[in-house]
Amino acid sequence: MSDQTVTLTIDGVEVTVPTGTPVIQAAERAGSVVPHYCYHPGIPSRPAQCRMCLVEIEGQPKLQPSCVMVAQDGMIVHTQSEQALDARRSVIEFLLLNHPLDCPICDAAGQCMLQDYAYETGQLSSRYAEPKLVLGRDRIADDILYFADRCIICTRCVRFMEDIAGDNSLVVAQRGHKAYIDTFPGKELDHAFRGNIVDVCPVGALVHEDFVFKARAWDMDTAPGICSGCSQGCNIDVNVKENQVVRVKPRFNADVNGYWMCDEGRRHLVMVNRGLRLDVPMIRRGDDLEAVTWSEAMEWIATAAPWGGGGTAIVDPRLSNETLFALRGLLDAMGIAGGGYRMPRGEEVSLAGLPMLKLREERAPNGAGAELFGFSEIEELPDIESGQALVVAGDRLLDAAPHYGTQAGFYVYLGTHLTDAARCASAILPLAGAGESDGSFVNFDGLVQRFHQAMQPPGVSRPGWMAINRLLRQVDADRPPVRDVVAAFDAMAAGTPDLKGMTWRGLGLKGAPVRAARTATGA
Amino acid sequence: MGYPHSHELEVGTILSRHFGDESARRLETWQEYGGYEALRAAVKMDATEITGIVKDSGLRGRGGAGFPTGLKWSFMPQEPNGPHYLCCNADESEPGAFKDREILRWVPHLLIEGCLIAARAIRAEHVYIYVRGEYFPYTRILNDAVVEAYEAGYIGADILGSGWDCELTVHIGAGAYIAGEETGLMSSLVGGRAEPRVKPPFPAQSGVFGRPTTVNNVETLAAVPMILTEGAEWYRQWGTERSPGTKLWCCSGHLERPGTYELPLGVPLRDIIYDVCGGIPGGRKLKAVIPGGSSTALLTADELDCASTYEGMQEAGSSLGTASPIVMDEDTNIVRAIRRTAEFYAHESCGQCIQCREGTAWVAKILHRIETGGGRLADIDTLYDLCEQLTGRTICVLADSVVFPLRSSLDKFRADYEALIGGRP
Repeated sequence: MSDQTVTLTIDGVEVTVPTGTPVIQAAERAGSVVPHYCYHPGIPSRPAQCRMCLVEIEGQPKLQPSCVMVAQDGMIVHTQSEQALDARRSVIEFLLLNHPLDCPICDAAGQCMLQDYAYETGQLSSRYAEPKLVLGRDRIADDILYFADRCIICTRCVRFMEDIAGDNSLVVAQRGHKAYIDTFPGKELDHAFRGNIVDVCPVGALVHEDFVFKARAWDMDTAPGICSGCSQGCNIDVNVKENQVVRVKPRFNADVNGYWMCDEGRRHLVMVNRGLRLDVPMIRRGDDLEAVTWSEAMEWIATAAPWGGGGTAIVDPRLSNETLFALRGLLDAMGIAGGGYRMPRGEEVSLAGLPMLKLREERAPNGAGAELFGFSEIEELPDIESGQALVVAGDRLLDAAPHYGTQAGFYVYLGTHLTDAARCASAILPLAGAGESDGSFVNFDGLVQRFHQAMQPPGVSRPGWMAINRLLRQVDADRPPVRDVVAAFDAMAAGTPDLKGMTWRGLGLKGAPVRAARTATGA
Repeated sequence: MGYPHSHELEVGTILSRHFGDESARRLETWQEYGGYEALRAAVKMDATEITGIVKDSGLRGRGGAGFPTGLKWSFMPQEPNGPHYLCCNADESEPGAFKDREILRWVPHLLIEGCLIAARAIRAEHVYIYVRGEYFPYTRILNDAVVEAYEAGYIGADILGSGWDCELTVHIGAGAYIAGEETGLMSSLVGGRAEPRVKPPFPAQSGVFGRPTTVNNVETLAAVPMILTEGAEWYRQWGTERSPGTKLWCCSGHLERPGTYELPLGVPLRDIIYDVCGGIPGGRKLKAVIPGGSSTALLTADELDCASTYEGMQEAGSSLGTASPIVMDEDTNIVRAIRRTAEFYAHESCGQCIQCREGTAWVAKILHRIETGGGRLADIDTLYDLCEQLTGRTICVLADSVVFPLRSSLDKFRADYEALIGGRP
């Protein structure tokens, strides 16, 4: 028995945990998940008010809330005893008394802790013969709806705002069975991280207005992604229905974003791919751009491009490492050194209760990755010398002067949108947009993180690394093929001193720091 | 009802001697009556000495739980490491209880003196008296007394030239029963919602502003000055070994002479009702009495021979609580009385714990339905089951408070329920 750990028995399983661990977390280690509502591992305050996590502890006359009971040496805990199960059953019965049972139209259905536990306790009929209390619904923030009748007053939302956001605009109004959540008189819920209250809501009481009635939980596909809204690199789950992003939720990563993300990030992926998308390669025939197959485009570029002739490159900090690395290879072959990227910027927003997480000033996910592959930040678009080669990848050039790039001798545009500046190119290669491909980013802190494809890119668009490696093989048939993202990443890691030793599979979903990799290889 | 009450059983020496005497509210008169002599003695004693005397007296908390006062004081950290606070709980909200009101109203200086002595015993630098919001006329009386005491140097810097400083603030609640629960009171005092919290940490570890705090009831603190001047043995001449001293009884309901009486602990409940309070008007029979305020179990006419002590009432299956018997005569509709009680607790539930928030309201609705003729026999089983679900599973005891009168009424007056239900299954 050390000072740092305690050993206790939970449901017959002996488990050793650090001193100070609450019983509910020790139980999880022992393989017993204790149902709970008000407890949330990411919210420091623990009012122990939902009384759902009550467990039996031998020697204690009453059931104890496992979220605040600290594990002690020799404690014997029963999470599934008759008494504990009875208490849990009764909490569910109480919660369902005035609950509208509107699961068929509730956005939380299928992902609802009340629904889950109600099924688990198996109460098919109600003893409640009284009229239900009706509280109605309210718009609690500009973009968040509050369904008071579904609310179980666990106060997670209020405590997220207080403890993490450091904002006291959200309160419990009234008391007892008439209590509901509301904004404090005269205050507005307008914090940049307010959207997290929807995620912490264990039922369907808080819903984003842009998600309401859009998709059932079981109709959505989910892929693990990295938010591309800023350089924080928040881990996200991308919820997709019929190839459309309907919702973005934070995915837990203790080192990057905890359980949270900002509202701008939530909206980012829903909007960033909108607009007139490129969906087929195009090459210039006189004044016209002609849609062609990838093979035709590759052949045409391989022939027409001034290989080794030098020129200018503009890339984008939203491109993946794999694409940027492949671009480096393409630019080398074209004799273009360096290259610039433009970093979109915005106001930084921080969280009072969690300093590591910010909406960062750099509003793109991969500036650090661009630097890693030899690109440097530029403020203005470079002037293009007449007759020179120009490669633009990712940057939409929305602020470019009319006919920007037409003076170039050869101009290849790799991107997602058919903008005016793209129309000036000699050849256009359609790339997969955010959430449409696998890849990796390096966040502000030097952490390399994987993201996965959540939906299909339009038409025959391809991930950048795939398109560029195909082009390079067109020029040099001896180059080894890069068949998938695993090969693309591993080739990149092998060819980049800062990433040496990293592999796609080894990276996993938690990421690894650039610097640690460098230390590990002694480079 | 005017004062003084007079009955041979009444003691009237400690708390209620000056009830009814408006001049006692004024410092000048109060000093003539010997006021603040105990404080003069206390400033010459150290904390341990004061606590020792109160421990020896056996004084138990008068707020309802009956915890030994001296013992509670001794839980405060002994080594000074920052501010300590004393909270006087004057949020008297238990239906049936009106004893603290009488102290605030007639002898505010007695309370102030008790507060200061207790503050010295727990090394508190600030006393907060949290007064029930509805008690504004009595708050005014208390405030006048506090001003006088400040001017006379009984409160503030260098009290009575002893070099000891202690401030006192009167805080008025906003009218919530649950603010009378000690952790709810402290939360409300510092600007939060009046919501009880899980203990530990206990107030002596972390209370007002996160500092060690003791919360004492008005009547408890008002008993302290006389204990200090007259001694523990003197106090023990009344009451029993485990329940020493005197107690204010607030008797209400169907009584000839309802009112507040100071009686030694241990007088049989029957004598309080029939002797002190003159029995039931019109010679009607007693049906039930809720002996300790609305959150205690009902006793029937056959159960009145219990001693009015903490232990005696417990043996009788109820509780001394705040010593506030509500007497109901034979014409009382018990279901209606319990429904009204349940409605009170449903209204006053803070709403944190799900059992209490939903359960108390459910109980009230079922009782209302039975009372108005819509009851079913199955409702009685449901009510019994709810008694189980509402007991011992919540942060504070508000949910338990509705169970005591409810379960005892179901046990003892089931026929009344069945009569209203009329046999519907």
